[in-house]
Amino acid sequence: MRKSVLFLFISLITSIFSFAQQQTEAVSMADTMRQNGKIYVVVAVILAIFTGIILYLIRLDRKISRLEKETHKNY
Amino acid sequence: MNKWWWKIVCIVLLTYAIIGGLLLDVPHKPIIQESIRNLYFHVCMWFSMMILFTISVYHAVKYLRTNAIRSDILSRQYAVIGILFGVLGYCTGMIWASFTWADPNSSSASSFSAIAKDPKLIGAAIALLIYFAYLVLRDSINDIDKKARISAVYNIFAFAFLFPSIWIIPRILDSLHPGGQGNPALNPKDIDARMRLVFYPAVIGWTLLGVWIVSLKVRMNVLKEKTLL
Repeated sequence: MRKSVLFLFISLITSIFSFAQQQTEAVSMADTMRQNGKIYVVVAVILAIFTGIILYLIRLDRKISRLEKETHKNY
Repeated sequence: MNKWWWKIVCIVLLTYAIIGGLLLDVPHKPIIQESIRNLYFHVCMWFSMMILFTISVYHAVKYLRTNAIRSDILSRQYAVIGILFGVLGYCTGMIWASFTWADPNSSSASSFSAIAKDPKLIGAAIALLIYFAYLVLRDSINDIDKKARISAVYNIFAFAFLFPSIWIIPRILDSLHPGGQGNPALNPKDIDARMRLVFYPAVIGWTLLGVWIVSLKVRMNVLKEKTLL
């Protein structure tokens, strides 16, 4: 019973994907991320790298703050 | 330095520089075309480097006046991050030049010989090499006070050499690099008001990022000093 429901679910999902593909073929630039020669993809990639670096800096900042507090207590 | 609001300003300005820099309208020029957007990244590296080196020499002078070891640490870390930004500026310039200055029809070796003798490039290389020597000199002296004093004096010399090598000589000699007749990236012929709207925030943002990294390194070094003593 469970297996057949799962099978049904998977086949439904895959059919949605194939449908989506047909749609994008018909209107190839409908997606925002595919506009303007896909420049938004580049923006997203650079922003992802930038957020990573900034999160790393923030983490480092907090670690050093904690260390500063600890040494302040000890001395 | 423990205030946090300027870090938020840094993140906001840089996010704006990346999104606006890639998506907003730019003037259409022959040869450089869309690569004019590199102004928000490549030129900002050099501007930040100059600002960081200026802060570094300020702290070097302050060390010589007060003999406070904290000024010495600040001076050194500002110089290191300035060098980092300079190296990044050099690398991005290399990529940019190979697609705008190099002639695609001639071999890369002959393009290289045409580009590599550009006075702007040689001047920047000399300036960076002098700052590399600063680090070598510094780390070769064991005595803490002597190290701080000699490197502060050398820092002033290195900063003074920035003037001929990156500001005067490239303007006297013919150069492929834009801005030879005036100030690079500030000339109204090169960029218009639309680009200034992104360029100035980008300069401030990148500089603040440099200052942030410096402040982390300084705090780390101060901690190290404390635990050692």
